[in-house]
Amino acid sequence: MSFLQIQNATKSFGSGTSRHTVLRDINLTVEKGEFVAIVGYSGSGKTTLINMLAGLGRPDCGSVTINGTEITEPGPDRGIVFQNYSLLPWMTVFENIYLAVDQIFPNWTAQRKKEETERNIALVNLTRARDKKPGELSGGMRQRVSVARALAMDPQVLLLDEPLGALDALTRGTLQTEIEDIWRRSKKTVVLITNDVEEGIVLADRIIPLSKGPDATLGPAVKVELPRPRDRKALAHDETFKSIKLKVLDYLLGEGARTKTTVTRTLILPDIEPEDITHQPISWSLSSRPKRKKEMHETKIEI
Amino acid sequence: MKKQPLFPYDWIVLPILGTAVVILFWVILSSTVSKDLPDPAKTWEESRLYIFEPFADRGMQDKGILSLLGLSLLTVAKGYFLALLIGVPLGFALGLSDAFAKMFDPIIQVLRPVSPLAWLPLGVILFFGTGKDANPWGALFTIALCSMWPTVLNTAVGVRAVPQDYLNVARVLKLSKWKTLWKILVPATLPYMFTGFRISLGIAWLAIVAAEMLTGTAGVGGFLWSEYNAGNNSRIILCIAAIGLVGFVLDKLMGLAEAQFKTA
Ligand SMILES: Nc1ncnc2c1ncn2[C@@H]1O[C@H](COP(=O)(O)OP(=O)(O)O)[C@@H](O)[C@H]1O
Ligand SMILES: [Mg+2]
Repeated sequence: MSFLQIQNATKSFGSGTSRHTVLRDINLTVEKGEFVAIVGYSGSGKTTLINMLAGLGRPDCGSVTINGTEITEPGPDRGIVFQNYSLLPWMTVFENIYLAVDQIFPNWTAQRKKEETERNIALVNLTRARDKKPGELSGGMRQRVSVARALAMDPQVLLLDEPLGALDALTRGTLQTEIEDIWRRSKKTVVLITNDVEEGIVLADRIIPLSKGPDATLGPAVKVELPRPRDRKALAHDETFKSIKLKVLDYLLGEGARTKTTVTRTLILPDIEPEDITHQPISWSLSSRPKRKKEMHETKIEI
Repeated sequence: MKKQPLFPYDWIVLPILGTAVVILFWVILSSTVSKDLPDPAKTWEESRLYIFEPFADRGMQDKGILSLLGLSLLTVAKGYFLALLIGVPLGFALGLSDAFAKMFDPIIQVLRPVSPLAWLPLGVILFFGTGKDANPWGALFTIALCSMWPTVLNTAVGVRAVPQDYLNVARVLKLSKWKTLWKILVPATLPYMFTGFRISLGIAWLAIVAAEMLTGTAGVGGFLWSEYNAGNNSRIILCIAAIGLVGFVLDKLMGLAEAQFKTA
């Protein structure tokens, strides 16, 4: 039995005629200490998949296990870095991370909790931004806070949902190196979700494509047998690197990209700007959760 | 975004111009169709005493303007804090529980538009049998009840608008119900709550005048009514100006408090 395992999992959303299957027949095994990357189209169900591992969503059928026990809810053994970071905007960097430390180690003295928080902040090079609020930080810095918060839980598995997706290419490169460093030093199991095939290959031991949705499923895993530490510049000309990339793209653009239908859907964008609700008319109805305007973004996608 | 000024000092010149237009209209009105309406000069003449001796106490209703306003503000403060004390938890309950919202949303939507003038007699009746002075208690009840709804509804909407992301953080960190409430829900809802607080205060101030007029309680509204009955029309205008100014200042203060939480 593998350390982390998904067996024949299927996940649908909605009910009645609007019911649609997002993931079908997902099978995944991750060994202890392994770094696995899952790469796929946006909207194919990557977040849904990682939420199953985190315990935030259960599959309709099939099983998700860690160490042989069924995952039914979130737990401190699995730290997650959310796609949009999900930092609490009213707390400073320190407070955001202290919240995690305080939860995981309730019996520690305040002093020890404080030191552990400081240590995690230092780990991601944010000591100088310690007392800033997320709204005052750049995207890359927020991403680091989010990683530090996940690490502060001292989890066995680190789940990273497109952690660098919202960043510019140069910042991405730096943070990729940091993520690899953290993985090497902590020897944690990492599942990385990404939409960038090269990023997956640079970081992972194994890269697995996720086909286009609906009914997305995992394609064949490709082992990345490149020596570490990996030099991103040199890799660009490496034959192994190129052949892996080709294999993954082959699947993603070929078999994994069967065109099915056209749907219009509402994306929920990462909510990174500070809120401004002054000019937002308040709806007096309590029947549904009001979406903040900025969150909504209608797109038409071909699938 | 800052707008270009129309001309230098337009922010002071234009409001003065606007006020002058209104006063001119007042003068014309009082010298043509409404002969009983005192003109600005007469109003000033007859109201001066109340402004220059703001804390005078000449009788039950006959006090300086600041004393009157103070009495009214005190009643408003009591009713308003009662409204917040009930309104915020009620709003959270409506926002958190679908069953609770389904149960009480319709009745709230029906009670919400009822005017303070309609509630007041009921409020007084409620306290008739209690051995207390029914009038001030009825006024308090009316203010609390009428000003509560914006706080209730804004809080409920705010709770429902808490992004799922924050709730996921709470689930992953396994925050207790209590901690989720205080560390996540309350801070995330604060901006909505403050919008409610601001509207509620405006309504409380509207309701006080109506309540005092009907019950004859001492305060700026009670004074207005007694001066009307005594035929001292100038002081009605004095009261209107004072009520308006205080309402304006209250709203500005709440606006400042609200701005503190806008980006939180
Ligand atoms: N809670 C939900 N309710 C309904 N549909 C959802 C929900 N979460 C995700 N989906 C749908 O599942 C599909 C995959 O979403 P997601 O996992 O976020 O994709 P990705 O992370 O790969 O961009 C999308 O079509 C999305 O609309
Ligand atoms: Mg996603």
